[in-house]
Amino acid sequence: MIKFKNRYRIVTVIIIIITIIFLCKLFYIQVVNDNYKFSANNNVLRYDVQQAVRGLIYDRDSNLIVANVPAYDLMIIPRELKNKQIDTLKFCRLVGITKEKFIIKYNKAAEYSAYKESVFIKHLSKENASTLGENLYEFSGFYLRKLTMRDYPTNSATHVIGYLGEVNLRKTKEDKYYTKGDLAGVNGVEAAYEYNLRGTKGMKIHLVDVHSRNQGKFQDGKFDTLAIQGNSITTTINIKLQEYGEKLMKNKIGAIVAIEPSSGEILTLVSSPSYNPNLLVGRKRSKNYNIISKDKNKPLFNRAIQGTYPPGSTFKLINGLIALQEGAITEYNQFSCGGDYGYSYAKDKYVGCHAHKTPLNLIEGIEISCNSYFCTLYDKYFNKFDSNIDAYNNWNKHVSSFGVGKYMNNDFLTGAPGKLPKSSYFENLYKGSWNANTIISMSIGQGELLLTPIQMANITAIIANRGFYYTPHIVKKISGQEAIDTFFTQKKYCSIEPKFFDPIIKGMREVANGRNGTAQNAKIHGLEICGKTGTAENPHGEDHSIFVAFYPIDEPKIAIAVYVENGGWGSTWAVPIASLMIDKYINKKITNY
Amino acid sequence: MRQAKNIFANIDKISIILYLFLMIFGWINIYASQYNDDTAFAIDLSSRYGKQLFFILIACFIAFLTLIIDWKFYYSLSYIFYISIILLLIGVLFKGSVAGGSNSWFELGAFKFQPSEFAKFTTALALAKYYNNIHFKKISLLDKLKTYAIILLPFLLIILQNDLGTSLVFSAFVLVLYREGLSGNILIFGLIISILFVITLLLKKIVLISILGGLFLLLIIFYHKKKEIIALVSIFIISTLFIFSVNHIFNKVLAPHQKTRINVLLGKEMDPHGAGYNLIQSKIAIGSGGIIGKGFLNGTQTRFDFVPEQSTDFIFCTIGEEWGFIGGLFFIILFIGLLLRILFLAERQRSNFSRIYGYSTATILFLHFLINIGMTIGLLPVIGIPLPFISYGGSSLIGFTILLFIFLNLDSYRLQILR
Repeated sequence: MIKFKNRYRIVTVIIIIITIIFLCKLFYIQVVNDNYKFSANNNVLRYDVQQAVRGLIYDRDSNLIVANVPAYDLMIIPRELKNKQIDTLKFCRLVGITKEKFIIKYNKAAEYSAYKESVFIKHLSKENASTLGENLYEFSGFYLRKLTMRDYPTNSATHVIGYLGEVNLRKTKEDKYYTKGDLAGVNGVEAAYEYNLRGTKGMKIHLVDVHSRNQGKFQDGKFDTLAIQGNSITTTINIKLQEYGEKLMKNKIGAIVAIEPSSGEILTLVSSPSYNPNLLVGRKRSKNYNIISKDKNKPLFNRAIQGTYPPGSTFKLINGLIALQEGAITEYNQFSCGGDYGYSYAKDKYVGCHAHKTPLNLIEGIEISCNSYFCTLYDKYFNKFDSNIDAYNNWNKHVSSFGVGKYMNNDFLTGAPGKLPKSSYFENLYKGSWNANTIISMSIGQGELLLTPIQMANITAIIANRGFYYTPHIVKKISGQEAIDTFFTQKKYCSIEPKFFDPIIKGMREVANGRNGTAQNAKIHGLEICGKTGTAENPHGEDHSIFVAFYPIDEPKIAIAVYVENGGWGSTWAVPIASLMIDKYINKKITNY
Repeated sequence: MRQAKNIFANIDKISIILYLFLMIFGWINIYASQYNDDTAFAIDLSSRYGKQLFFILIACFIAFLTLIIDWKFYYSLSYIFYISIILLLIGVLFKGSVAGGSNSWFELGAFKFQPSEFAKFTTALALAKYYNNIHFKKISLLDKLKTYAIILLPFLLIILQNDLGTSLVFSAFVLVLYREGLSGNILIFGLIISILFVITLLLKKIVLISILGGLFLLLIIFYHKKKEIIALVSIFIISTLFIFSVNHIFNKVLAPHQKTRINVLLGKEMDPHGAGYNLIQSKIAIGSGGIIGKGFLNGTQTRFDFVPEQSTDFIFCTIGEEWGFIGGLFFIILFIGLLLRILFLAERQRSNFSRIYGYSTATILFLHFLINIGMTIGLLPVIGIPLPFISYGGSSLIGFTILLFIFLNLDSYRLQILR
């Protein structure tokens, strides 16, 4: 045992050596090496995100249609309330909540963190905030945090502009820019140009001590970034015309779309009924949204681009063009009409028309909107082909080139393609034995055909241009960018040659100006409008009233489509609305009463 | 009664004072590591510092009991204690619950019980008793194997629990055996192996083997006797084989998280959110303490919970951050002071049993110190192991208390124990 006594020393020495090594490393980390110190005050960093102001939206003449106004979040730091007495009743009155609500909100904030701030009430308007602000000194632990909210100085163009909503969980995962509670565009221009409008968030980095008290800027703000305001969007909308159109559509259900044919710019896009856009801003947003979305007339639904309707007699224009193109008729061919029993498409079965001159040629057919003429035309067209399927496929190709049955692919994020059946549809339906007469309703714009008002306006623009169009779009300029997407400045052609548009346009002029025209109430002193009425059959109620038009006949400035659900004949509602709109646009005031 | 009086007079007061100091200092730091502005200064029994206070009181009670029991109790029941704990170690593999990756706990209501904490002193007792009256070199090979078996059995069972840290503590017994006559070459050998292990992980194999080759060639110049040359060449071959096997073990045998921890330590990997996170946060917390620390309850890293496990494995971070280098130095002096005191007391024992047990106590405590603090300051990879008397935990506190106080008991009887 004594033999190993010196081993005691060795074991002791081992322990002491290792201890000294540790002490050296400890000394190195704590005293020598500076990397592990933050600052002399032993502080920790806190990141404050700075909200970016959203870009503004203008109409084509630089009138401001969407603005930002200051708003305030009411913030709370629960710890600072703890031992203080506050007049809760007075507070609740000032803020506009019940005492129960107050307790619920307070508990939620305290649960989140006692010494970190959280939002007590979000999006107080400036008015509410200023009265509250005067009295806020009585309530320690509460303070106001400034931000901006959308304001809509006109209550119009709601469907064009769209609205903002809180981002959902999926969006925050898809795009790291967003955090919970952020607002982003849900539809309309706000959504389509979200990335331009949202700007860039900024960041302020503060030093915060062990009790979370602000100790000043980190490194004098060297790493702070300013929030950058979003780009402004100049839309193609003419706001005066838009407001006028919405007034005209008040208490009606339907849509108006007006396009500038030489550029495809959308001058007006009305969907009725609409709603006040200021309802979907601020504190009451969710509550109001619930009310609006439950409205039976669906004010949130954008009928102008998503509503699909039978085009009615307005479709005769396209059928006329196709028949001319394929040489099935000339503008001079005359066909007869049996009045009430206008056209027989099967034994003892008739397409009805109304009493008028017979026989009549193409121009007169358009002027009077004779169903029989176009049924005959359709039949003659089919006879030009070896088989019905070939005839229909060819017809489908022509119609399709006008944008029917296709998505517009413009800068609205939503839209409907409408419906244009393929020949296989009829093959299956009629088991191989069908011809023009089986589907004769297609000749007069009924049957399975469905178009959206914007498609109808676009077709009118194609006719006004004699054969080409630019994709209808809503953006004119984005600030900070040279030009808009070239997709919108590309000329696109339909499949009909320009020379065949002349008789059609002549017919359209007679509609509004001829002695027998179906839209004589469109006559405006000095303005020779070209148009076509439509009355779409509606099995559930009154027919729909439709009118498409453009002006002037050469170098057209405006092409418009008006669709009024359950409006009766085309001339009853759609025609006056369209002509007033054109008058307003061209003359900038109303000349016709 | 006279005997009793003598015994109480003979109990080493210094150790007891150091023990109480350490426990209270530990409690203060657990309180600081759990503190936030919202907690009142009341004693909340459901919080960690509340529970730890409770454990401290129980530990004191158990310490007292341990002291007044007659030493023969421990001597005669050594093997029975040892077997019981072995059975519990086997049992916990089947019926235990998993916490922190290791399957080492029994749950009894709100409290957890960890058998491996008690395996330390029971193994020490069993080893001491078996080894009593035996001189290392004169014993048979069978006896030597039995000795190793006493140590290896709990060691392997604890490895099966996935508790690498605690199993490493058993290497303390190497020092104990060294004191009792185990060849010193083992220690040197162990040291060289460790150094070689680390260097192999840092350098490419080829580079290392070339360096070694060069070294040996150099040595051959000095030792040119045939026997010595053969010895040198064989050592070189064995080293090379070792280097290859290290690589193999590292890549194939270690679990991925263990590899990452070692790589992080060596600076080969960053992994700032996984294993590297603990290390970085630990060094930041300790490093930001400076010389005098940030002050009690003012540690920002501790307060904002940047350091994980800061009341258990990483408790030294709180000490380093709030008390600074001065505080850390003070604590280390206390702790090592206690160790060296135990070693001194162990050496003056007349009986092998007491001395072996004493050395076991000191070295076991030292291994905990080595691994825990080495990990927090970045000298060793992250291995979960408590800091004795300081870390939160009932099982560990009571286990260490019993470990220490059995020895203090034996020491107080040293004039009577001659064998």
